[in-house]
Amino acid sequence: MEHLSAAELRDRIKAREISSFEAAKTVFARIEKYEPKIGAYISIFEETALAKAKEVDKKIASGKSVGKLAGVPVAIKDNMCTIFGTTTCASKILENFHAPYNATVVQKLLDADAVIIGKTNLDEFAMGSSTENSGLKKTVNPWDTGRVPGGSSGGSAAAVAARLCFGALGSDTGGSIRQPAGFCSVVGLKPTYGRVSRYGLVAFGSSLDQIGPLTKTVADAALFMNVISGKDLADSTSVDESIAPVADYLENLNQPVENLKIGIVPHLNAGADEQVLGAINDSINFYKSTGAEIIELEMPHLDYAIAAYYVIATAEASSNLARYDGVHYGYRTARPKDYIEVYSKSRQEAFGAEVKRRIMLGTYTLSAGYYDAYYLKALKVRNLIRGNFTKAFEKCDCVIMPVSPTTAFKIGEKMADPLQMYLADIYTIAVNLAGIPGISIPCGFDSDNMPIGLQILCPAFEEAKLLRIARMFESETNWHKVYPNIINHE
Amino acid sequence: MVDKISRVEVEKVAKLARLQLSDEEIEEFTGQLGSILEYVEKMNELDTENVEPLAHCLPVHNVFRDDEVKDSLGTEAALKNAPDSDGEFFKVPKILDDSSHS
Repeated sequence: MEHLSAAELRDRIKAREISSFEAAKTVFARIEKYEPKIGAYISIFEETALAKAKEVDKKIASGKSVGKLAGVPVAIKDNMCTIFGTTTCASKILENFHAPYNATVVQKLLDADAVIIGKTNLDEFAMGSSTENSGLKKTVNPWDTGRVPGGSSGGSAAAVAARLCFGALGSDTGGSIRQPAGFCSVVGLKPTYGRVSRYGLVAFGSSLDQIGPLTKTVADAALFMNVISGKDLADSTSVDESIAPVADYLENLNQPVENLKIGIVPHLNAGADEQVLGAINDSINFYKSTGAEIIELEMPHLDYAIAAYYVIATAEASSNLARYDGVHYGYRTARPKDYIEVYSKSRQEAFGAEVKRRIMLGTYTLSAGYYDAYYLKALKVRNLIRGNFTKAFEKCDCVIMPVSPTTAFKIGEKMADPLQMYLADIYTIAVNLAGIPGISIPCGFDSDNMPIGLQILCPAFEEAKLLRIARMFESETNWHKVYPNIINHE
Repeated sequence: MVDKISRVEVEKVAKLARLQLSDEEIEEFTGQLGSILEYVEKMNELDTENVEPLAHCLPVHNVFRDDEVKDSLGTEAALKNAPDSDGEFFKVPKILDDSSHS
């Protein structure tokens, strides 16, 4: 049962071939068995999940109508607020924080009759690319437990890959959905900025953050998008549906895009691993064989994306994280000698190294005398980067590139040098700066049997087309059907 | 080569950020922030003289609505996560130093 997609499981539950209770029980049995090895979850809600599953089963049995995710066990990254359990952001500063409300996406999942089984691990406050920056626990890659699952949505990606849920939500500020999806061989979609409400998503980089699904299949990503998309009065940056209507992302999913024009950006590939590039090339050749036209693009400003991103994201983070003051909620130091220490010592004791580093960098670039040279400069470069995409999309329907220059790296490998960790975000970062949607889908394995992700990018609000292009590849390949061996090698 | 950021500057920034740092952290951050800033300055290769800054990738505009009274978070819920409270207020250490008056 664990290999069914969310859509397939939902259909069987509705047809009363499988009960939601049974599905949840299966997931919890798997969690008991494999979670000690994988470490995907920060919290698990067995009791409430089983109660919800029973409730959905009862609804179906009595012939009542049920939601789009009826009875499906799902997981949520632990930076989205839930009125049940804790919302920790994998930080000691929020370790015991009980949110007083549900994030809009959480409420939408519940309204769609999904069964929320737990909250997944992440890099503290979603700052990182490996989940190693979690202040609470360690998550490993189900394909090789000596390697990272990617990040920051590493717990969500590992949970989907290891079949410890039937789909999960993540958040993506600079690649945090797509990169772990690529590292763990699942589908990860970062929607257009503004497509999904951020209300109740603990803020990191507010002009960059976006919530999206991690799933086994492209169709499941479409299904989740049908549930979570749309304008929310509680998030003024969520986009009005009169400006950009929300599509039924499942409606024409299996219909190939005709006269497809694909842009590629060869000059970005200088530092990428040969085997990764080989798999991407094979994928491009697949599209070519369907009649797609391949167009080589020059996107010169993408080379500056990492530099601009780490100024903008850290500036926004330093401002957003000022709220952790030891006063209203979160950790407070035990014996502050004055009120200044309530702030400064609480923050010292409860923030991890990467969070401190980013607060420092952001505070520095926003401070008097440096604002123009760093922050303002980065915003201008951001405009140039968006311009590169605007120009690219005049010539093609989508742009294809790797998700990451390498497959999942070894645990600890990049921890000593933060800049090296940042540089590995080369393919994902620009997408957030431009606000456009991007998807990562499984497209192969390297000689160590580590997964490789294919990244497809489309213009803003063209998620429907993006999903169709991804589905063209998925429907003719079997990469998404392969699951980690470790699960069966006990 | 002159360091991009000095120890003294790191200490100053930490103070601005209300972040107490240990000696080891200051040492480590001085080096790391220096190399990150050096990398970031790669942006200076670009002429951005006539480029508008882009703070937000989609057009944002003011959202107007009628001012309606709705339920908001009650005192109990608002104080639920407070590290210290007296039932009605957030509690913090004394801010004003009155020792000079004694």
